[in-house]
Amino acid sequence: MSDIKFTIDGKECTAKSGQTIVEAAKANGIYIPVLCHFDGLKPAGTCRICTVKTGGRFMAGCTTPVAEGMRIDNMTPEIEDMRKQIIEMLFVEGNHMCPVCEKSGNCELQALAYRYKMMVPRFPFLWPKREVVANAPKLYLDKNRCVQCLRCVREIITTDGKNVFAVKERGGKTTINMDEKLAAGLSDDMAMRAMDICPVGCIIRKEVGYKVPIGQRKFDSKPIGSEIEGR
Amino acid sequence: MGNMSEVVKKCVNNYQKDPARMLDVIRDVQAELGQVSDAAISEIAGQMNVSSVDVEGVVTFYHFFSKDPVGQYSVYLNNSAVSVMMGCYEIAKAFEKEAGCKFGEVSSDGKIGLHYTADIGMNDQEPAAIINGVIFTSLTADKVKAIVADMKSGKAARDIVKEFGDGKNQSELIKSMVKNNIQKKGAVLFAPFSPGSALNKAVSMTPDEVIEQMKISNLRGRGGAGFPTGMKWDYTRQSPGEKKYIVCNGDEGEPGTFKDRVIFTEIPEMMFEGMAIGGYAIGADEGLLYLRGEYMYLKTYLEDVLSKMRQAGTLGKNAGGKQGFNFDIKIKMGAGAYVCGEESALIESAEGKRGEPRNRPPFPAQRGYMGKPTSVNNVESFCSASRIILEGGEWFAKMGTAQSRGTKLLSVSGDCKKPGIYEIEFGTTIQTLLEECEGRTAKAVQVGGPSGSCVDKTKFGQRICYDDLATGGSIIVIGQDRDILQVVHNFMEFFEEESCGWCTPCRVGNQLLLHKLEKVMHGHGTEADLKDMEQWCVTVKSMSRCGLGQTSPNPIYTTLKNFRGIYEAKIQKGKDFVSEFDMAAAVKDSCAVAGRKPNVEGH
Amino acid sequence: MSKPVVATTSLAGCFGCHMSLLDIDDRILQLIDLVEFHKSPVDDIKTFSKMCDIGIIEGGCCNSENVHVLQDFRKNCKILISLGECAIMGGLPAMRNGIPVKECLEEGYLDGPTVDENKKGARIIPNDEELPMILDKVYPCHEIVKVDYFIPGCPPRADLIWEALVALVTGNELKIPYEVLKFD
Repeated sequence: MSDIKFTIDGKECTAKSGQTIVEAAKANGIYIPVLCHFDGLKPAGTCRICTVKTGGRFMAGCTTPVAEGMRIDNMTPEIEDMRKQIIEMLFVEGNHMCPVCEKSGNCELQALAYRYKMMVPRFPFLWPKREVVANAPKLYLDKNRCVQCLRCVREIITTDGKNVFAVKERGGKTTINMDEKLAAGLSDDMAMRAMDICPVGCIIRKEVGYKVPIGQRKFDSKPIGSEIEGR
Repeated sequence: MGNMSEVVKKCVNNYQKDPARMLDVIRDVQAELGQVSDAAISEIAGQMNVSSVDVEGVVTFYHFFSKDPVGQYSVYLNNSAVSVMMGCYEIAKAFEKEAGCKFGEVSSDGKIGLHYTADIGMNDQEPAAIINGVIFTSLTADKVKAIVADMKSGKAARDIVKEFGDGKNQSELIKSMVKNNIQKKGAVLFAPFSPGSALNKAVSMTPDEVIEQMKISNLRGRGGAGFPTGMKWDYTRQSPGEKKYIVCNGDEGEPGTFKDRVIFTEIPEMMFEGMAIGGYAIGADEGLLYLRGEYMYLKTYLEDVLSKMRQAGTLGKNAGGKQGFNFDIKIKMGAGAYVCGEESALIESAEGKRGEPRNRPPFPAQRGYMGKPTSVNNVESFCSASRIILEGGEWFAKMGTAQSRGTKLLSVSGDCKKPGIYEIEFGTTIQTLLEECEGRTAKAVQVGGPSGSCVDKTKFGQRICYDDLATGGSIIVIGQDRDILQVVHNFMEFFEEESCGWCTPCRVGNQLLLHKLEKVMHGHGTEADLKDMEQWCVTVKSMSRCGLGQTSPNPIYTTLKNFRGIYEAKIQKGKDFVSEFDMAAAVKDSCAVAGRKPNVEGH
Repeated sequence: MSKPVVATTSLAGCFGCHMSLLDIDDRILQLIDLVEFHKSPVDDIKTFSKMCDIGIIEGGCCNSENVHVLQDFRKNCKILISLGECAIMGGLPAMRNGIPVKECLEEGYLDGPTVDENKKGARIIPNDEELPMILDKVYPCHEIVKVDYFIPGCPPRADLIWEALVALVTGNELKIPYEVLKFD
C-alpha cells in the first residue's frame, strides 16, 4: 500500500495506512504529547492531551487514523493551552504530592507539567478523598495519584483472561479499582510491569524502589518528548 | 450468606452465565436482595468467571444498582430542574417526615429508602417518583402521606396506584397513573396507522428501494444529532458481514424529554414495524430495543405487543409475509445512565458492560453490537420510517424546512398551562409553540434539554429545526419568576454526575465548571471568573470524547451568552480577586473537637 | 532609586524553601546589593514598618495565624510570591486534607502511637485560647489572597529562586532552564 501524505503544522509528512495521528507523527519526528497512550496497547483516548485540530475539528491523535491529505494543527497556541489545561485538571483532580511520591522524576504527568511549565494549576484543588490499598502483596495502590489512563486496565490481565484492574463509579467519583486476589496471584514480572506501565505513582511495586538517585531519573534533565523530537 | 449465594446462583443460571447479560443478572440480584453487596459482587464474579472489579464497575456505573441497601421500597424522586420548579423539595420533605429518614438514607427498619434520581421522563406531570419500578406522578404532600402509609402496611407498589392515566396507560399490562398529554397530533406520528401495513409495503420493495425512499424523505435522526437515517442504513447495509443488528435507542434521558414514553405507550407497533423495516433494509435478522431503566413499567406491555406482532406474522419467520425475511426483536433494559443514550455507550451497555462510549472509528455501522454492523436509531425515527414507507419519501419531504423535513415530536414542560406532547412541523417558531402551550409569559426557553441552549425572549422568533434550533424534543418553558442560575446549576450537577468518567475534560472539567458557577452564585465571583468559565467551557466542548462532554458546558455557555446580565449582577465588579475562604467555617470542626470557642475576630 | 524591599515568611512549611534561598551561595552578596530585606526570618525583623515591594511566602495555611500573616503580607507587599510546593498546593501538610480534622487531632493528641501511654486520662487536644485555630484543611496561599507569582519545587532550586528574583527586580524576562523547574 502506498504511503499517505499529510501535514502537521505545515510540515509534509508520510504515514502508512492504518497508523494513528500520534504514531504517524512520531514516525516523522514530531512529538504530540500523550499520557494515556502506550505503545502496543489498544488506544483508549482517555486523557485527551494528544488532541489536535484537523478540518476545523478537534480530535484525539491517539485514536484517529491519519488520512490522505489531512492537514493537522499540533503546536498552535490554542491547542497547547488546552493541553496545559488538561494537565492542570489532572493535577487538581487527584492529590499529587510530588515531593513524597516514589515515581517523582519518572512520572509522565509531572514530566508533562515540566514541559508545559506549569507553575500552578489555574484550577482550584478538589482534594478528593481517595483510598490507598496497602494490604495487598506485591503491589501498593495509591488512588490519590491515578489519572485514569486505563493503561493497567488494558495491559494487566491474568493468564486466564481476567482483568486485574477496572474502574468503578462514574463522573467525578470515577476511580481505579484492583482485584486484590487476582493482583496477589500476579507473577513478579507482571507486578513489575504494572508499576512500569503506570505513568504516575498510582501503582507501586512493593519491596523495590527509589533505585535511581535524584538527578539521574528519567525526566530530571531531558523533557518528555525530546527522544522523539531529537531524532 | 448461604442464601445470598443461592440467589446469585439462580440469577446467574437464568442467563446461562452469559457476560452480555450482566445487567440482567445484577438487576435480579438487586431485586431479590435489595442491594448488591461486595460479597454478592464477588459471588457473581466467581460464578460468571469474570473479575470482581468488572462486576463492581458495572454495579457502580448504573444509578439503579446499589452496593448499599436501597430499602424494601426504594423511592427514587426526580430532582431534575422541572421537578424542582414543580415543588420536588417540598415533596421530599413530606417523604422524609412520613418515612422517618432523610434522602440518601433507608428507614431504620430497612423498609423505605429515599433516593434522588435524575429525570425520569415525566416532566409534564412532576413531581414524580419511581417506587419499586412503579411510577407515581403529580405528587402532593397528601398523596405522599397515603403512599407512605400504604408502604408501611406492606402493599405492593403496584397496588398503591389508585388513579390511572389516559389511553393505554389504563390497559391491564400497564395500569399506570402516567398521562400521555398528547396536545397536538401531526401527519406523521399520530395520524391513523394500520399495524402491519408499513412492513408489508416495505417488503414488497427491495432493500435498496427502501433506503432510497428514506434518502428521498431526508429523514434525520430524531435523537437530536440529526444524522440522515437513510445514509446510516445504507452504510450498515454496505458493511461487510453476515450478521447485522438494528437497535432502537429507547434511552431518552435528556432532561425534559418524554416523547418516546408516549410512543411506547400509544404507537409501539408503528415503532417496532419501523425497526423491522430497518432490519429489512440493512439485512439484519435481529432487532434490539434498549429501554431505559426508568421505563421498566412498560416492559411487560411491550413484550406483549411483540408477541402479538409475532402472532400476526409481522415479526418472526417470514416477517411481514416476506419469504426468507426472518426478523425478531428483543428488549434490553438499561439501569439509569444518561450517557447510554449515546449510541456506542448504548451498545456497550447492551453487551452487559459499563455504558462508556467507544472510540470512533470504527463506527457502529462497521462494528457495533457484538462487533457486528449495527444501526442505532431513535424511537421516533423508526415511527417516521414506517410512515415514510406508507406515504413515500416525497410526501414526507414536502413538510418542514430545507434542512429539516417532516414533523418533530416535542416534549413540552415547565411554566406553561398545557404541558405534554406536540407533533409540530419543522420550522415552527418558539413563539408559536409558546402560544400553543400557553406559556406566553416565559422569560426563557430551554431548547434541546440541558445539552441544548437556553434561549431568551428576544430570540423567540427562532425556528425549531436542525438549521436553527436543533432539539431531540425537550422544550422547557422557564417563567418570569424563575432563577435561571438555579436551573443552570441543576443542569451542571446533572452532567457532573452523568459523565461516564472516561475522558479528562468531561470528568474533571464539569466538576470545575460547577464549582466556578457556585463561586459566582455565592457572590464571590469576579469578571475574571466569568472569562475563566467561558474559556473552560470551550475546552470541555472541544476536547471531550463524546457528545455528552461536547455539550455539557452548554447550560453555562449559552446563558453566559444570552443572559449575561444575570451573571454580571452576581459578581463583585472592579475587584481582581475575591477569596472564597471562610474562617468561621474552616475552624469550626477543630474548635469543636478541642472544646474551645472559635475566636474569629481576635486571631 | 532606592533598592526594592523584600519580606519573607514561612507559614505551614519546613523552612526548606528559606534554606534553598540561602543556597544561592555567594550570590547572596549580590542579592544584598540588589534588594533590602525587611520583615523576614533572615534578618529577624518581626513587624512591617513600611510598604514592601516583594513578599515571599513559604508554606500553605493550616491554621488561623497562617491566614492572618498571609493577609498581613498581602496588605504590606506590592507583589506576593508563593515559594515552593506548600505555598502553591499545600504540600506535605496537605496530605491530611483527605482526613477529617477530628481524626487528625485525635490521632495526634489522644490515640496515636507516640502519645505517652502513662498519661492516659490526662491527654487533651490543646485548647488554649492563645493557640492558633486549626483549619479544616491546608489551603494553598492563592485561595486566601491574590498571589502574583509562583516558584515551584520542594524546595525550589536555588538557581530558580535567584533567577526569578533577579528577573523581578531588574524587569528582565525570566528564562527557566528545564533542569531547575521541578516539583520535588
